[in-house]
Amino acid sequence: MSGDALAVAAGATRRFGELLAVDHVDLEVDAGEVVGLIGANGSGKTTLIRLLLGLLPPTAGRVRLFGEPPSRRTRARLGYLPQSLGLYEDLTVAENLAFSTAAFGVHDAALEGDLAAVRGVLVRDLPLGLRRRVAFALALGHHPALLVLDEPTSGVDPLQRARLWDTIRASAEGGAGVLVTTHHMSEAEQCDRLVVLASGRVAAEGTMDQVVDGTRAVEVRSGRWEEAFTALDAAGLPVSLVGRTLRVPGADPGAVGGLLADAGVDADLDEVPASFEEAFVVLARRAA
Amino acid sequence: MSGPWGVRGLSVRYGGRTALVDVSFEVAPRSVAAVVGGDGAGKTSLLRALAGTVQPTAGTVSRPDDRPIGYVSAGSGVWEDLTADENLDFAGRAYGLGAGRLRSRKAALLERTELAAAHDRLAGQLSGGMRQKLALAMALLHEPELLVLDEPTTGVDPVSRVELWRLVAGAAAGGAAVALATTYLDEAERAATVLVLDQGRALLTGTPDEVLAAVPGRVLEAPARPGGIPAWRRGARWRAWSPDGSPLPGATEVAPDLEDAVVVAQLARELGRAA
Repeated sequence: MSGDALAVAAGATRRFGELLAVDHVDLEVDAGEVVGLIGANGSGKTTLIRLLLGLLPPTAGRVRLFGEPPSRRTRARLGYLPQSLGLYEDLTVAENLAFSTAAFGVHDAALEGDLAAVRGVLVRDLPLGLRRRVAFALALGHHPALLVLDEPTSGVDPLQRARLWDTIRASAEGGAGVLVTTHHMSEAEQCDRLVVLASGRVAAEGTMDQVVDGTRAVEVRSGRWEEAFTALDAAGLPVSLVGRTLRVPGADPGAVGGLLADAGVDADLDEVPASFEEAFVVLARRAA
Repeated sequence: MSGPWGVRGLSVRYGGRTALVDVSFEVAPRSVAAVVGGDGAGKTSLLRALAGTVQPTAGTVSRPDDRPIGYVSAGSGVWEDLTADENLDFAGRAYGLGAGRLRSRKAALLERTELAAAHDRLAGQLSGGMRQKLALAMALLHEPELLVLDEPTTGVDPVSRVELWRLVAGAAAGGAAVALATTYLDEAERAATVLVLDQGRALLTGTPDEVLAAVPGRVLEAPARPGGIPAWRRGARWRAWSPDGSPLPGATEVAPDLEDAVVVAQLARELGRAA
């Protein structure tokens, strides 16, 4: 473990009564990198973020922000963007900014471009895309050393998403560490490194290719795809439809072929690399 | 079973605000058609017009007129103070199902959605993914010919997302025409046909392969931001669009995916406006 990581969880564990929500998790975010924390509902993702933010103490293990336990002091160096955006909807854009800058004691924050044009507008009257950009401006306004972003680009179109990622990447290139929690392919692929949580533990980590690491899917092409689907679905396989092709991640081609033969359906089978989402689902099922 | 269903030349206005302009969208039986776009693109207006809950300002809508369609609104539309059972009973009676058919359809769908163990829980106490599955089960009770789903997977985790897609594919395999709105392009890539909406207008339309084949010029990839042409980030690397297809030193051509295709179309529209 390097001494100058911005955020560190070492063997971090959190229990709620009988429930072991986070189980011996190691995680590190260094300056200049974008780390993706990926997990399904109930994977422990939210609890881990609350540990890192200092909103919850760990039951066991250690959490450090900027080399010390999370506190009000470390909070001042951290920018947090919740999925709900955390804006006051009954206040204008300028009033939200004034509140945030006063809380962080900064004096040089200003609204730029089209955000300046809506400074007098109530946040609740803004479209989602602009609201998201206001929340970004507020989270970045105090030049935090560490950014924690929860699904930062959900619901926006691809061009807006590309532009938001430009802002996030520019922060990382300026030396900030970024921790992004998401379960979307398009956000995961923007990260330098991924940590996949399942059932409270780290199920996989590394680049997107390393996480997929050899997970395969069986591709099924058939003129009678409806019958092929019904047969594989009835056997409890995690079958999905892509156009008119079927995909079965993590399955054995021989077993798939056998089920189709039993159902009397002719099909061409191919074993292909799984997508990131398919690999994630295979990991989550294995951990459950 | 007939069809295809859909809208042609559809425009929708709410008072002074234009939601959709001249949009066409076809939904064929035994397939899934996706409507994609960001917040405010017009997805909900299109699906509501298809479902018959919004009156078109112009254009035509075709949907089965002898039987009710299946419709799931954004945010799911289950009754949170009713149990899963009660939600299904209520929907079944609204569709006019007889007691015997309701009982058998309910049992089959509770099992298929893996909600059987949660049948007596209040819908408000179910997880987001389970609530969406319940809403989908309600819409499937009467085996509709046309199933209209408004962002069924938004905010749903990947494991539940895969289960929802399995249910949707099952409905298509059973013969239904499915129209589905999503903000996720990787989901749209699974559909048989795609309509990308941007500010109330059709930006791209066709099968995913047709949309990709129609990307103008070339999409390039480079390790650093290329100068002089529009560029956007994909992870640690850059994508760039060469409108006339001319090469760029240090950049290599890549096969675009749907995400690239939409970014290019949005950039082309911006450039067109600026010109």
